[in-house]
Amino acid sequence: MSVNQHTHAGPPYGQPQPGYQGYQQPAYGGQPLPGVPHTQYGAYNGPMPGYQQPVPPQGSVRALPTSGAPPPASGTSLPSGHQGYSQFGQGDVQNGIPTSTAPMQRPPASQPFLPGSAPAPVSQPSTFQQYGPPPSSVQQLSNHMAGMTIGSTSISAPPPAGLGYGPPTSVPPVSGSFSATGSGLYAPYTASQGPPPPSVPQGLPLAQPPFSGQPVPTQRLPTEVPGFAPPPSSTGIGPSSYPPSTGAPRPPPMPGPPLSGQTVAGPPMSQPNHVSSPPPPSTLSGPHPGPPMSGLHGPPPPTHPPQPGYQMQQNGSFGQVRGPQPNYSGAYPGTPNYGSQPGPPPKRLDPDSIPSPIQVIEDDRSNRGSEPFVTGVRGQVPPLVTTNFLVEDQGNASPRYIRCTSYNIPCTSDMAKQSQVPLAAVIKPLATLPPEETLPYLVDHGESGPVRCNRCKAYMCPFMQFIEGGRRFQCCFCSCVTEVPAHYFQHLDHTGKRVDFYDRPELSLGSYEFLATVDYCKNNKFPSPPAFIFMIDVSYNAVKSGLVRLICEELKSILDYLPREGNMEESAIRVGFVTYNKVLHFYNVKSSLAQPQMMVVSDVADMFVPLLDGFLVNVNESRTVIASLLDQIPEMFADTRETETVFGPVIQAGLEALKAAECAGKLFIFHTSLPIAEAPGKLKNRDDKKLINTDKEKTLFQPQTSFYSNLAKDCVAQGCCVDLFLFPNQYLDVATLGVVTYQTGGSIYKYAYFQLETDQDRFLNDLRRDVQKEVGFDAVMRVRTSTGIRATDFFGAFYMSNTTDVEMAGLDCDKTITVEFKHDDKLSEDSGALLQCALLYTSCAGQRRLRIHNLSLNCCTQLADLYRNCETDTLINYLAKYAYRGVLNSPVKAVRDSLINQCAQILACYRKNCASPSSAGQLILPECMKLLPVYLNCVLKSDVLQPGPEVTTDDRAYIRQLVTSMDVAETNVFFYPRLLPLTKADVDSDSLPAAIRNSEERLSKGDIYLLENGLNIFVWVGVNVQQALIQNLFGVSSFSQISSTLSTLPVLENPFSKKVRSIIDMLHLQRSRYMKLIIVKQEDKLEMLFKHFLVEDKSLTGGASYVDFLCHMHKEIRQLLS
Amino acid sequence: MATYLEFIQQNEERDGVRFSWNVWPSSRLEATRMVVPLACLLTPLRERPDLPPVQYEPVLCSRATCKAVLNPLCQVDYRAKLWACNFCFQRNQFPPAYAGISEVNQPAELMPQFSTIEYIVQRGPQTPLIFLYVVDTCLEEEDLQALKESLQMSLSLLPADALVGLITFGRMIQVHELSCEGISKSYVFRGTKDLTAKQIQDMLGLSRPAVPIQQGRPLQAPEQPVISSRFLQPVHKIDMNLTDLLGELQRDPWPVTQGKRPLRSTGVALSIAVGLLEGTFPNTGARIMLFTGGPPTQGPGMVVGDELKTPIRSWHDIEKDNARFMKKATKHYETLANRTATNGHCIDIYACALDQTGLLEMKCCANLTGGHMVMGDSFNTSLFKQTFQRVFNKGLNGEFRMAFGANLEVKTSRELKIAGAIGPCVSLNVKGPCVSENELGIGGTSQWKICGLDPCTTLAIYFEVVNQHNAPIPQGGRGAVQFVTQYQHSSTQKRIRVTTIARNWADAQSQLQHIEAAFDQEAAAVLMARLGVYRAESEEGPDVLRWLDRQLIRLCQKFGQYNKDDPNSFRLSESFSLYPQFMFHLRRSPFLQVFNNSPDESSYYRHHFARQDLTQSLIMIQPILYAYSFHGPPEPVLLDSSSILPDRILLMDTFFQIVIYLGETIAQWQKAGYQDMPEYENFKHLLQAPLDDAQEILQTRFPMPRYVHTEHGGSQARFLLSKVNPSQTHNNLYAWGQESGAPILTDDVSLQVFMDHLKKLAVSSAA
Repeated sequence: MSVNQHTHAGPPYGQPQPGYQGYQQPAYGGQPLPGVPHTQYGAYNGPMPGYQQPVPPQGSVRALPTSGAPPPASGTSLPSGHQGYSQFGQGDVQNGIPTSTAPMQRPPASQPFLPGSAPAPVSQPSTFQQYGPPPSSVQQLSNHMAGMTIGSTSISAPPPAGLGYGPPTSVPPVSGSFSATGSGLYAPYTASQGPPPPSVPQGLPLAQPPFSGQPVPTQRLPTEVPGFAPPPSSTGIGPSSYPPSTGAPRPPPMPGPPLSGQTVAGPPMSQPNHVSSPPPPSTLSGPHPGPPMSGLHGPPPPTHPPQPGYQMQQNGSFGQVRGPQPNYSGAYPGTPNYGSQPGPPPKRLDPDSIPSPIQVIEDDRSNRGSEPFVTGVRGQVPPLVTTNFLVEDQGNASPRYIRCTSYNIPCTSDMAKQSQVPLAAVIKPLATLPPEETLPYLVDHGESGPVRCNRCKAYMCPFMQFIEGGRRFQCCFCSCVTEVPAHYFQHLDHTGKRVDFYDRPELSLGSYEFLATVDYCKNNKFPSPPAFIFMIDVSYNAVKSGLVRLICEELKSILDYLPREGNMEESAIRVGFVTYNKVLHFYNVKSSLAQPQMMVVSDVADMFVPLLDGFLVNVNESRTVIASLLDQIPEMFADTRETETVFGPVIQAGLEALKAAECAGKLFIFHTSLPIAEAPGKLKNRDDKKLINTDKEKTLFQPQTSFYSNLAKDCVAQGCCVDLFLFPNQYLDVATLGVVTYQTGGSIYKYAYFQLETDQDRFLNDLRRDVQKEVGFDAVMRVRTSTGIRATDFFGAFYMSNTTDVEMAGLDCDKTITVEFKHDDKLSEDSGALLQCALLYTSCAGQRRLRIHNLSLNCCTQLADLYRNCETDTLINYLAKYAYRGVLNSPVKAVRDSLINQCAQILACYRKNCASPSSAGQLILPECMKLLPVYLNCVLKSDVLQPGPEVTTDDRAYIRQLVTSMDVAETNVFFYPRLLPLTKADVDSDSLPAAIRNSEERLSKGDIYLLENGLNIFVWVGVNVQQALIQNLFGVSSFSQISSTLSTLPVLENPFSKKVRSIIDMLHLQRSRYMKLIIVKQEDKLEMLFKHFLVEDKSLTGGASYVDFLCHMHKEIRQLLS
Repeated sequence: MATYLEFIQQNEERDGVRFSWNVWPSSRLEATRMVVPLACLLTPLRERPDLPPVQYEPVLCSRATCKAVLNPLCQVDYRAKLWACNFCFQRNQFPPAYAGISEVNQPAELMPQFSTIEYIVQRGPQTPLIFLYVVDTCLEEEDLQALKESLQMSLSLLPADALVGLITFGRMIQVHELSCEGISKSYVFRGTKDLTAKQIQDMLGLSRPAVPIQQGRPLQAPEQPVISSRFLQPVHKIDMNLTDLLGELQRDPWPVTQGKRPLRSTGVALSIAVGLLEGTFPNTGARIMLFTGGPPTQGPGMVVGDELKTPIRSWHDIEKDNARFMKKATKHYETLANRTATNGHCIDIYACALDQTGLLEMKCCANLTGGHMVMGDSFNTSLFKQTFQRVFNKGLNGEFRMAFGANLEVKTSRELKIAGAIGPCVSLNVKGPCVSENELGIGGTSQWKICGLDPCTTLAIYFEVVNQHNAPIPQGGRGAVQFVTQYQHSSTQKRIRVTTIARNWADAQSQLQHIEAAFDQEAAAVLMARLGVYRAESEEGPDVLRWLDRQLIRLCQKFGQYNKDDPNSFRLSESFSLYPQFMFHLRRSPFLQVFNNSPDESSYYRHHFARQDLTQSLIMIQPILYAYSFHGPPEPVLLDSSSILPDRILLMDTFFQIVIYLGETIAQWQKAGYQDMPEYENFKHLLQAPLDDAQEILQTRFPMPRYVHTEHGGSQARFLLSKVNPSQTHNNLYAWGQESGAPILTDDVSLQVFMDHLKKLAVSSAA
């Protein structure tokens, strides 16, 4: 009961149960209407038709629901398109062969998904039998089934099966009711599966057997079809992109016949629309995808509503589907097209037809932004990071602390491997919460420390089971039974819950803190309060640019805002000052001195701290001396002519100082140049752009000496975190200088060509925030998981001395660690998978604490469940970090390729196992991942993986390190910047204008736009903008007079200016770094830079446009499928 | 020339030279048989208020290998304006300025009374004197306070234009920049790392872009001052600054845990001081003044670890080769000392602590550079305060009693060669025709460098007669020696002092009595003692004693009159009569006996012994004892236990200590308070008399002696008892209870026993 913060305690505990209500999630309820999407489809028209055709199988399914508007007929043309794709042939094969050959082609075990894709339901029966023996696991079966169903649409037989399965798949997601039904449904399946298993590989065939088993389904199919449409889980994208290549010509072949030709043929018939594409080869007919997943649900259509996701697919609906299924409703605009222009394969895919991030974000915002997210239920997918929502902790950690790539984890590693969906959690242990949410309570378990499992040492959490009347508890992670310490004993109520359940945060909340005992401290000694050491470069450049003066001025006031704990009067943090160029100057600012004393250490080869007493001081006590020092520093070095600097010794000095003071702390280093002075850690200029795109490119990201890595190790051991503020005028090797920062959990800030006038605001804001933000020191984080999975890989700014503990000298509220999990055993659906992230750290007041975050996830045996509970933003976060780490060791090209490959595999697996059968030419994306291609493309085009000529080596290294610590929200906006039409802003409300997609096409010459990516804000001014607007915003009378060197907008008293500035201020508040404001005039030089961020367009450096990439991705998928 | 005694004194007065033999045996063989080598004690800068320096350059012999200075012994042809060098017989033209020379118009250097003459010459830039304080901060608060005050006070004693610098050290070393306003700046070095001069200069930012220091280029002004001024500033400019700085000086802030010594980086601190001066002011007069309150405990030059449980090495440890750090530390300081000497700077060591401070290892710093060495118990004692103040004393003519960078060159006439020198100097390794192959002391050279010297600094210089037995010296021929000392005067002038002396040759076989009569036994004793102490530094103590004994016996055999094997018949002439007694006391002195002394103390004593003039040296060998009683005026008495009588007050001066000892009765009277009774005013006077006399000595002696006031039975009486000849001990019981003195509890032999043995050995035919 040692909860410290009583006040808060009340509410959270009090409402334990309400949380459940969460289930009701309006979202679900609200979006029952799958139908809507269809309508949208119709709208789509244009390019689409081509797509549909390819897809045949699945397409058919949807087609029905959609309303068929997009007559398959058009599809006929599609076929040609398919051929264009290499997959054509394959597609055919599958289709054709399925019955007989299928087994041959794919070893059952390895590619269970195929079945789904295999369109040939008809043939299935036969194949089926053959397979009889097949080993496939239940999951697979279900998958197959899913596939079947999809396919089934076309073929009567399959549908039934689909229905049967449907339920199960859908179930997992949310409602309890589902599960119930699901289980019921399952049973039959399994039964049916019995036989099918063997053939699994060739799922399709297998699938049928079940059908036979359950005749009913067949009937449903037809009816359901419509339902399917909604099953959104997957989004299909027409081959639209492809069309350009050959789509047009081929279509002809596609027509009717082809379909039939392909095993699928049968089904296609039923769904004219899709069928048209029968020549599955046309694959492209993407839009169909929708159905796959949904297929299962098919029957449930009515139920779907709760799970909007499903609906999404409904081809047509994509773009506008939302209405019905807000959540998922991706931007599937494409679908409509299908219907409309089947025949004439459009040369170019209409950008509006492909999934739109903006749409997805908007939908999520409107669907989930209004109600608090209650964390009581296992495996709930939280709202997107772009949605504003409140979180109510009812036993699971807030998504602000942990987000997962999927909230439904495959039970087995085979499944996980098959899907290729990385299982990862993005953890931000000290995340800042909005004021409305409650900070984690501090729990004190007394002298014996937190109650933990005896075996795995997991901390007491809501998932622990108390047994034997409360005398023991069983660990939810390892099942070990541990005695409850006497002082912690409490009786259980009739439900088996402890009577004090609601009084103890560790029993009822997902996140809380324990007060650590001395056993958790270094050297078994309670830590002293941490210290901040400011280390200022005073070489010629720094002095001349006015930087030194600026820093000193700022420090005077900033020192009053050091972080303090709770409601402490003053910060416990002590401060110290060092200046340096080729040598270091320490300052004695002991309060008893009349004047500060400077101590020069020139023995940089062997750094040490020249003083103990008086170096680290309490700000209030030494206020006058510090002020005097900060006044004098700029004067003392005003005439310096020293241009060389050292760097390694600077960190060493800070480290030694902390060692001497026996405390943890943070170094704030303000540095300007490549450290070429003779000293340890001396660097040479090795920047060489010629290395780009060679095997040696990776060396640019690697530190040029191991010195800093070793130093970092020492720093971590001492709890010495290093924050680096760089002001380079030329190459200074961020890759090397940043090593220590990176490994100690620090932050790097870089201000290239720093100029006082333009950059001071940005720098000062960053500095203020960096100094003030909440930070923990000497931190160790460990993630424990249920038996069955294990945290195997970690990404972020930290150091690891073993394979399980993430060590960080400092960890602030912005730092994020991405953790990847791998199976090492099976999980069970019943118990799900639990994560417990325990962070041991020293607070800014020197208190040793443990912060615990718990999260429970579902486990699934059906791949569809996995795909339905994914979070693309998190996935991108993981993939980006994975790739950015990859560049250290592999050629950039290899990294890009592997990214594409993995993405293709993920999607192909979905297509194969979860999507309803459709033509191979159809691109079908899972609803939850429909943005994966566009986002991935952004990652691929990012400066690190595909640098333009103007991107410096330092920039790349900087970005690389930056991204590694980003949370999901940051990576989201970083890779897909937010583009706001300022001129559309409503000056009377305080809301932001609706964002638009990042493409030049979307810009109007008569408007002003704002683009932000977390680092920069661009204000783009069209050439035709009204003079009045220009006058209002910039205070100049014409476009030509706008200065592109402005770093802030002038403060003008008019609604528009106020509005724009308030928008900018609002954006700044949302980001951890103060963004650089750049004014871009259309057709001005800077526009090139701006265009770089229009990520849906083809980039100048060869990055693919969204459309092109999507086509490419489709091609990859088809290759995989064939 | 009445007696040799007067002659000797006169010579000493005028030239600052005392020869062991004032008539020289004319052949090598004879000379070696004289036992005591032909040698002299030279006080190069002996104060001569009556000697105004001349303001011109000396005239040198034109022979390149000679370059002797024109002197009164040269033969001059006034008409031809020629002079013949009395060392190499080169005939030289007088320079044009001497055109007006004649018998009646002689330049000073030709007048016999100017056998010692001083020239002021204009050479090179005149750099102000430099004082670099190197201050230990690992002191007790009181000590540090006292030291700070002394240092602050010393600023007022320095010449106004002198440059002064400050280095403080403890665990770290701080070189304080003195030129800055506002923030006080210092460069900090860690105490565990030895740095080369180059590194130090780089780190202090003193490296100059390859402009080698050139002498004789007075106007490098723009650069030189800028660079050096950061750490070395004229006193008058930064007087206030430095006073404040010293005032703010804190004890070393690094925590010292229980059972540990503070970490003291003396070795590196000195190294930095040396490097600093080396880089900025090579070859100019500079004093590095090291103030330390304990042993170096870390880094190069460490003498002992910081664990208090391991005591500092004792003689016992050294003998057993158990002194871990000694060799390494000694080497470190020797290297430093040699570098310092090369640069012409000197190092003073002021070590004040109750325990040892590592003087043994550091001694060479002072010994080789002519620096002072002062040892005390605390900086908060008058011993230190007065002594330190006296460093800046001014002489009779109002000038500082210090000189720098002296180069002593010795020239001899052909019959003599130079065997070596012993004193606070280093060899300059100048070989020449007059350098002997046999070395005594620092040999193999005819020139030595004495980086720091004062009017008392005295060197022993040893010669060898090389004239062969069969090459007789012409009747009336005289051997000559010329000492040329170039140095930087405290006024920063360059000066050259030239002393030329000559002595008669005598054939030892035919004129032994002349030689014998011209024996200066005091000088001889000191010269032999210096040799002995010099040897003791490198040899085992007993060996040195044996060597001394043998020399003494041989001398007695040579010059004693006796019948073989009849000890009772042994007699020594007057000129030798005191010599054995000196040797007796020398044997017992702390210079050769390390028993009961710490290695530091031994080093300290030896340091002073090797640089003081004859009078002081004799006091050191055989302390002086005065007796005060109602029986008559104060009188010198024998340094013998028999002199210790109850009704006497004794005053003993051992140079290092002044002991006042109240006899038993006197002490009782004093306790009874008689001195306060008006009717016993005479007793009060009696008590006061020795105090006044002691005061007089204390006022002038450098370093100030330890002042001990004790009485019969007092614990400090040991200072007296250990010095007196133990004529009465517990072993010769017959003396017990007699009125004639106090028994000494010792097993040491008494002078009588010693003499008996000596006689026996001297007359023994077996020897």
